[in-house]
Amino acid sequence: MATESDNIVAETAARIFADLADPQTINNARDDAWKNKLWQALADAGLTLAWVPENLGGAGASLSDGFSIVAAAGRYALPVPLAETLLAGWLLAQAGIAAPTGAMTIAPVQPNEPLDVDADGALNGRVRAVPFARDAEHIAALVSGPKGLAVALAATADCQRGEGRNLAGEFSAAVTFARTRPRKLAPLPPSFDRHALLLMGATMRAMQIAGALETVLAMSVVYANERVAFERKIGKFQAVQQNLARLAGEAAAALAVSGSAADSIAHARAYDEGVLLEVASAKIRCAEAAAEGAAIAHQVFGAIGFTNEHILHRFTLRMLAWRDDFGNESSWAAKLGEDIARRGADEFWPLVASR
Amino acid sequence: MTTSLHFDQIRLPPACQKLREEVRAFIAEEIAAGTFVPDRPGHGDTHNRAFSQRVGAKGWIGMTWPKQYGGHERNFLERYVVTEEFRVANAPVRLHFVADRQSGPILLKYAPEHIKRDILPRICRGELCFVIGMSEPNSGSDLFAAKTKATKVDGGWKINGSKIWTSNAHIADYMLGLFRTSPVTKENRRHGLTQFLVDMKSPGITVNPIIQMTGQHDFNEVVFDDAFIPDDHALGEIDGAWKQATSELAYERSGPERFLETFYVLNELVRAVGTDPDLRSAEGLGRLVAQLHTLRRMSISVAGMLQAGKEPVVESSIVKDVGTIWEQQLPERVRALAAFLEPEASNRVTLDEQLDFAFKVAPKLTIQGGTTEILRGIIARGLGLR
Repeated sequence: MATESDNIVAETAARIFADLADPQTINNARDDAWKNKLWQALADAGLTLAWVPENLGGAGASLSDGFSIVAAAGRYALPVPLAETLLAGWLLAQAGIAAPTGAMTIAPVQPNEPLDVDADGALNGRVRAVPFARDAEHIAALVSGPKGLAVALAATADCQRGEGRNLAGEFSAAVTFARTRPRKLAPLPPSFDRHALLLMGATMRAMQIAGALETVLAMSVVYANERVAFERKIGKFQAVQQNLARLAGEAAAALAVSGSAADSIAHARAYDEGVLLEVASAKIRCAEAAAEGAAIAHQVFGAIGFTNEHILHRFTLRMLAWRDDFGNESSWAAKLGEDIARRGADEFWPLVASR
Repeated sequence: MTTSLHFDQIRLPPACQKLREEVRAFIAEEIAAGTFVPDRPGHGDTHNRAFSQRVGAKGWIGMTWPKQYGGHERNFLERYVVTEEFRVANAPVRLHFVADRQSGPILLKYAPEHIKRDILPRICRGELCFVIGMSEPNSGSDLFAAKTKATKVDGGWKINGSKIWTSNAHIADYMLGLFRTSPVTKENRRHGLTQFLVDMKSPGITVNPIIQMTGQHDFNEVVFDDAFIPDDHALGEIDGAWKQATSELAYERSGPERFLETFYVLNELVRAVGTDPDLRSAEGLGRLVAQLHTLRRMSISVAGMLQAGKEPVVESSIVKDVGTIWEQQLPERVRALAAFLEPEASNRVTLDEQLDFAFKVAPKLTIQGGTTEILRGIIARGLGLR
């Protein structure tokens, strides 16, 4: 696996992934025994609550460090809700709620799916495609109520959960709150931007896609240098080289734009039009790269890459699935396009040039 | 697994913002004075000697070069800002741009001191147009097949043969040309070429125009008939040009001019869709903006890594590969998105006119400065496939 990492937190994460989340080992596993060991190691290292401040029981890592954990998770196509738990911890912390132990997930994951809290403090509403909805013990929800925006921490067992799964076979289910009593509920400060959750989530998914693409590229190059056809390594054929160069281009685009979005979110004073440009672009371009990259990698691997036994699908299917969370590329493109159009042509280049 | 791509998070330093405002103010003055029309590419000249000299006077040519040669010792990110602002405005920079981007840096590295002192300050003042003498009738992408010969004579070299597709040769003062000084060897087919500085006013050089499909005249055929080049105009190692050709390419490949060539149609589309676009227009526009932003962040990252002394060879080739394909497809995407817009939209004539020009320019974008196929070969080599 790629071991590229920019800091000690990401290195720790990558070491744990290499030891306990090897994609081939997981792919071969007959049961879920690996899952508890992996989660325990991540929790012990403080990675699951990296974005929770120390006074709320977390590790108090920076946003940048957290995003590098997420990127590393992408490089391993990590099949546990680490990114989701990170984000849930972050959301809870915005309202000063201490994070519980164990896996968490978040709601809403899609734009325009508001959740309400009534005057009695009960939650109502239905949200689609909540990742790991049946694995996570808790769900951190952004809700709006009579007193404005708030964060609720609910036990997933207290909600109605659907059976849906994403493209990679992970639970990604509708969750219905019907007068659900949250375990914790706290208002958000007025400074909290209602778009923040979607922006953070989209950046997270972009980082995961870019990480997965890095590994897919590396795997494809190794395979092309091993596999022999017509008495030559297939990587010696120009047609294959051209395809792999295109895959490198897609991986490069995803890495650059997702890293840029994470950097801008981590250092933003406000979620202004510049942050929208960065995050929307990352989600859009990484989604496009996932589609192109997955197609090329499968073409390189041929039939073996189409088997359940091979780990390629662990990466390609997750890459494709991640496109749909926290706003798909079409919804972000429409939002970005509307913003650009509203500002007008004279403001267009200055905005692009400001990043 | 060894494959790793690096894109450091580079932000333009605050000094760049002030510089950008200066450049925009300068451009606005030039437009107001009628030097060029920004939204009518293909109309008017792509070069303008007086304009280049005014740019030079501003200190925006040879920005990164040592002061002793007329340069300004600024960094590559500052140069980046100037380059992209001129490109987005369609400013007529063709006269000095090649000298600024690649000829000057090659001279800095390989020319003898007295030549550097003579020529580099004049480039910085915007007085000199340089052209690249590489392609020949039977040598395009295959650079090392060049046959135009330099024969050793007393005190210098006699050049015979021809170069072709030489952009701007008809207005050029100098060429950096690649000529055959020895035959190839069995061991190394890249051996035997030497890089020379050629004074285009030398006797024995004829420039014949070649009109392009855009109707413009950039291309030329340059014929050498016993043209004399003095010894001190040989740059670097005799027969060893192949060793020095590659290091500059990272700069040549990764700049903003590698994805902004047809930017004007996107800008005009923003105008054409209006402030309240329908969903199809908004979504299509958003995707294009996302792709542009991505390319720019990649390109700035490469510029920053170069500034830091790194050698992002694969990354810079990727910028050109992905960037030129994007700018080539951009007119198609814009045409599709504009299909249902009101024909009476105030700027529709401008957009149609721009699209006509962009479609004619598009084919060259993935050919000039290294074809897509060659670039992908370089990327594949960097990935460890060759």
